[in-house]
Amino acid sequence: MTEPATFLRIRDLRIGFGSGHEAVRGVDLSAERGETVALVGESGCGKSLTALALLGLLPPGASATGSAVLDGTELVGRDERALRRIRGARAGMVFQDPMSSLNPTTPVGAQIAEVLAIHTRMSRSARRRRAVELMESVGIPDAAARARQMPHQLSGGMRQRVMISIALAGRPDLLIADEPTTALDVTVQAQVLALLRERARDTVLLFITHDMGVVAEIADRVAVMYAGRIVETGPVRAVLDAPRHPYTAALLRSVPDPDRPVAGELPTIPGQVPAAGERIEGCPFRPRCARATDRCLTPPDLTPDETGGSVACWHPHELTEAAS
Amino acid sequence: MNGRSRLTVPLVIVGLYVLLAAFAPLLAPDDPNTVALARRLLPPQAHHLMGTDALGRDVLSRVMYGTRVSLLVAAAAVVVAGVAGVALGMVAGWRGGWLGALVMRIVDVVLSVPFFLLAVLVVAVLGPSLVNVVVCLAIVRWPRYARVAYSTTLQTRGRGFVRAATATGASGGWILVRHVLPEVLPVAIVVGTLEFGLMVVYEASLSFLGLGVQPPTASWGSILSDGQQYIATAWWLATFPGLALFVLVLAVNLLGDAARDRLDPAKRATVTRRRVFRRPRTAEAAA
Repeated sequence: MTEPATFLRIRDLRIGFGSGHEAVRGVDLSAERGETVALVGESGCGKSLTALALLGLLPPGASATGSAVLDGTELVGRDERALRRIRGARAGMVFQDPMSSLNPTTPVGAQIAEVLAIHTRMSRSARRRRAVELMESVGIPDAAARARQMPHQLSGGMRQRVMISIALAGRPDLLIADEPTTALDVTVQAQVLALLRERARDTVLLFITHDMGVVAEIADRVAVMYAGRIVETGPVRAVLDAPRHPYTAALLRSVPDPDRPVAGELPTIPGQVPAAGERIEGCPFRPRCARATDRCLTPPDLTPDETGGSVACWHPHELTEAAS
Repeated sequence: MNGRSRLTVPLVIVGLYVLLAAFAPLLAPDDPNTVALARRLLPPQAHHLMGTDALGRDVLSRVMYGTRVSLLVAAAAVVVAGVAGVALGMVAGWRGGWLGALVMRIVDVVLSVPFFLLAVLVVAVLGPSLVNVVVCLAIVRWPRYARVAYSTTLQTRGRGFVRAATATGASGGWILVRHVLPEVLPVAIVVGTLEFGLMVVYEASLSFLGLGVQPPTASWGSILSDGQQYIATAWWLATFPGLALFVLVLAVNLLGDAARDRLDPAKRATVTRRRVFRRPRTAEAAA
C-alpha cells in the first residue's frame, strides 16, 4: 500500500494473549522521518500495546506477530539481545507518568547519563557533560544544577522534560510517547507538546493519546484505533474537520468545544468497547453504529480515498458532510 | 530513650567491643592461654578482675580474646550469608519462573530444619574450625536475606522506573545492580544487623557444644562450657562471658531496631506528621 522506502512500516501487527484472544488485530501503519503520527482511541483499543510491541515491551503472556521495520531494522519478534540494542538507541519511549518512571533515589542527571553508559563508549565525565547538554536541549534552565537534583525536587513538567531527554539520549529514529501529557497541568502540557514537536524533527514521533485537542496540536497524521484495528487514518486536518468513519465522528462529537457549547447533554457513544477476546462478526463498531446495515456483517478493509486518508467502513460519512 | 540516644548508646557499646577485640593483645592483663595451676579457680580480685579458671588462666583476658572470635565469626557469617542470600533472592525475584520457585522452595526447606540439627550436620561433615563455623552459619542463615531480597525485588520489578530503564535498553543484570540493589540494600542491612546478634549467640552455642572454635582458643561459648561444671563453686567462670554476650547482643539488637525504625516508612510518616502538627501551634503563638 505504500512505497517500500518508508522509514517506519508496520504491517499486519497482531498482539495476542494466547488462546486466540487478540487485543491488536492487524495494524498497518507507516511514517516518514520527521513525521508525527497520533494513535488515537479509547482505553483498551490496543494503542498502547501497539507501541509497546515496537520496543518488545509487551506484558508477560502477550506475543506479537507481523512486522514493523524501522529504517531496515525489524522490530517485531526479535530476541532480548537484539531488542536491547534497539531500545534506547533506535527507538525511545516517553511514558505517561514521569514521577514513577524516574528512579526516586537517583539524581536526574545520572539517570540520563545511564542511557549513554549503556549505548556509548563515552567516559564518565563525557557522559555527565552530555547529560547536562541534553537537559539544556529540552529547555531545562540551570541544567548543571538541576542534573544533581532528585526527581521529587523537580516539577511535573520538568520531570517529563527529563524523561524526554532520556528517550532522546541515544539519538533514536523512532520516539514513542505514550500519553506523555496526561499527568501534566494544561499550561505545562502545551510546552511539553511544543518541545516534543521540535525535538522530534528528524525522528518518527508516534504519539499515543485519547485527547483530540492534543492531536490537533501535535500530529501530522492521525490513526484512529477501535477494538485492535485502525478504522481511519489520514492527514490531521482532514480527519478532524471531516471524519469519515462513524466512530471517528462520534469520538469528535463527544469532545466538548468551548466555542460551541452543547445544549443539554454532551453526546456519548452508546454501548461500550468490546472486551478483549470478544468476537464481533464483521465490523467491530457495528453494534454501536447508527449507520450499520447487513453489509457491515462482512468486515470492511482500510480503503484509501481521495483525501490521502483511508477508512475502514462500508458507509463512511461523505466528504461534504460536516463533522457535527 | 529519645531518637538520637536510641542509636548512639548501642553504637557506643558495640564500638567499645570492637576496640576491645582489636586491641586485646595490648589491653589484656595476661596471656589468655597461660596455664598456671598454682592460681586455679581464684575468685575475682585485684590481679584477676574476673577470676581464673580451672587451669589458672585469667578469665578477663580470655573473655577479651573471646570477643575477637565472636565479632569475627558473626561479621563474617553476616557478610557471607548476606551476599549469598541477597544475590540468590534478587535473581529469584527477577527471573521468577521455575528458577525463582526452586530457590524459594530451598529457602523454605532450610528455614524449616531446626538450626542446631543442620549446624551439627554441617560441622560433622566439614569438621570443627573457625572457618567452618562461618560456613555453617552462612549455610543456615542465607535464606533470611534471600526472602527479603526476593520480595523487595518483586515489588521493585513492577515499578515504573524499572520499565523505563528496560525501555532504554538496560539489561537485566544492569537493572538489578543499578535499580533493584539500592532498594534491597537498606532492608538487607537491617536484617543483617539483627542477624549479627543472633550469629554471636549461635557461635557461642556451637563453641559451647564443642562444635565451634577448638581449645585452647578462647571463645565465650567455650569459656561458658568450661565453667559449667564449676557453676556451684566458681560462679565467675560462667557469669562474665555470659554477661559479655548478653550486653553485646542487647546492644546489637537495639541498634537493629533503631535502624529498622529509621527505614520503616510508617514510622517515618509519624515523625513528619508530628512536625506538621507543631507548626500551627507556633503560628497561633505568633498571632
